[in-house]
Amino acid sequence: MAYDKFTVLKSSAVPMPIENVDTDQIIPARFLKATERKGFGDNLFRDWRYNTDGSEKKDFVLNNPIYSGKILVGGKNFGSGSSREHAAWAIYDYGFRCVVSSFFADIFKNNSLNIGILPVQVSAVFLDKIFTAIEANPAAELEVNLPEQKITILTTGESESFDINTYKKHNMTNGYDDIDYLQAMKSEIQLFAEKSMY
Amino acid sequence: MSQIPTTLFDKVWDSHVVRKIEDGPDVLFIDRHFIHEVTSPVAFLGLESRGLKVMFSGKTFATADHNTPTINQHLPVQDPLSANQLKALETNSAKYGISHWGLGNPKNGIVHVVGPENGITLPGMTIVCGDSHTSTHGAFGAIAFGIGTSEVEMVLSSQCIMQPKPKKMRINVNGKLGKGIVPKDVVLYIIAKLTAAGATGYFVEFAGEVFENMSMEGRMTVCNMSIEMGARGGMIAPDETTFAYIKGREKAPKDAAWDTALAYWKTLKTDEGAGFDLEYNFDAADIEPMITYGTNPGMGMGITRHIPVAAETGGSKASYEKSLEYMGFHEEDGMLGKKVDYIFVGSCTNGRIEDFRAFASIVKGRKKAEHITAWIVPGSHIVEQQIKEEGILDILTEAGFQLRQPGCSACLAMNDDKIPAGKYAVSTSNRNFEGRQGPGARTMLASPLVAAAAAVTGVVTDPRALMAE
Repeated sequence: MAYDKFTVLKSSAVPMPIENVDTDQIIPARFLKATERKGFGDNLFRDWRYNTDGSEKKDFVLNNPIYSGKILVGGKNFGSGSSREHAAWAIYDYGFRCVVSSFFADIFKNNSLNIGILPVQVSAVFLDKIFTAIEANPAAELEVNLPEQKITILTTGESESFDINTYKKHNMTNGYDDIDYLQAMKSEIQLFAEKSMY
Repeated sequence: MSQIPTTLFDKVWDSHVVRKIEDGPDVLFIDRHFIHEVTSPVAFLGLESRGLKVMFSGKTFATADHNTPTINQHLPVQDPLSANQLKALETNSAKYGISHWGLGNPKNGIVHVVGPENGITLPGMTIVCGDSHTSTHGAFGAIAFGIGTSEVEMVLSSQCIMQPKPKKMRINVNGKLGKGIVPKDVVLYIIAKLTAAGATGYFVEFAGEVFENMSMEGRMTVCNMSIEMGARGGMIAPDETTFAYIKGREKAPKDAAWDTALAYWKTLKTDEGAGFDLEYNFDAADIEPMITYGTNPGMGMGITRHIPVAAETGGSKASYEKSLEYMGFHEEDGMLGKKVDYIFVGSCTNGRIEDFRAFASIVKGRKKAEHITAWIVPGSHIVEQQIKEEGILDILTEAGFQLRQPGCSACLAMNDDKIPAGKYAVSTSNRNFEGRQGPGARTMLASPLVAAAAAVTGVVTDPRALMAE
């Protein structure tokens, strides 16, 4: 599925300074039963967000109206655990286009890039600066500039560069995905397969 | 030969690179692709919407496991959403000519149990599945790892995925394991040492005497949990133990093909002098029966010890406190004697015959503690059959336990096997995340021996106290 192009995103952000946010928290297994990719945002962080009777947990950040935006800022080791792409779908479906953390689990990072969410890995020091800036002003905006590979806290002017490989950057800025790429090299794959012992 | 010394990982990875993209991922050819009912339906929808076909249907294998019930499997599945996913797997497999071992099929079981036991998993392969515990298959000297649904669609449509090559780590464990110390303890010990993110970005090779002396099932338990320290996967060089396990299995190579394969498999080891980005060494004598006390698998410790204080753990104090609060535990608590409500024996981590033998060795001649609810779930019908044939079922029945039918069950609680909120479970599965085994459930990960000791005493117990000299 192609996705929206990502170039420069300017938005306020939702802070979640918790370490090791695993994909079972992002979307619990009991909500993985759909056979279509829709509606997963409703169950994003389900058990942190809602009580068992369905009422909102007031102290959870997604239920706090002073925080909003298209950027989710998480603690170290974001997205660990299960390979469920549903976690990335839920984040996307809720309206986030970028997740910032000081460290991402590998599969979550791949899944995000594959569906058009930009994972931005920053230093632990810069992550703290972002949390501090949002604490000072919940409406503080961040600018994520993919072509320049730079993230800026607009209220303080502090910025840091981030890594992304050239291939993925090209995909994200143009809205291409890996399937498009692989389809274009089918004959090369066919030749390779003919030599395979398995 | 004067070739550059090469790691096992490099040998397998490099031989599967179809194309290298400059400052980008490698295009990696995939030999075996496993699919199940939960992470495949959207991938098939993707194929349909793009008008793509499955490129090599013979390289993909489907089994139903994640949401299947573990009782009354002969009846229609009650939950309509689960039934719908199972139907989708069946329909998609039939439509594209993919082998499908659905509910009720004698070969059905957990994907990471049935792949190896039927000889589908072989050394030197690249193996993927939309499930993070695909790392299990690394026990055979394969590169095996979990993928997302977009990648499932890639493999179906092109038999390739695009991956940046991970860094390389080797973890050596030498020496001799003590009494009552089993593979699950070894891997929980390693994860506790490295933390839940300690191997992120790496592919791990496990090496040393402990793994050389370990059975294939034990190696699978270890590689299975590589992902719990963040590793892309884990692998162990194939040896005579590996070859003996594979020989004669249904889909394993036969006759001349066996000889050819064997000659190749014997080259699959890390050469003397090959380099790793990071290397750890541990001593088997330091490993105790392990148990987790928190909400990620890195929060584990020797069962006789006390829960560390936040300052000793190196992570954020707030996250640590949140975790202990969820568990209802406190810093410096001992684990021995803590009340247990449920035990779960099963999963792709510990759902094989050796695990049930270990469990039975402790419960034999004892009785299930009255307040304990026990879910004993074989990893496959083949394991279930072995449990019956070896007399283990009789031991279980005598001790007051019931055997359920195969599936992922309470490991991720997608079916009805959910631990109730606030209850404590000693579980042989792989994740102790908040709510993993049911909303509000509190999970302590441990070996089948520790689960057995808890099952008969009703509290966290050192299994060594119940073992014969």
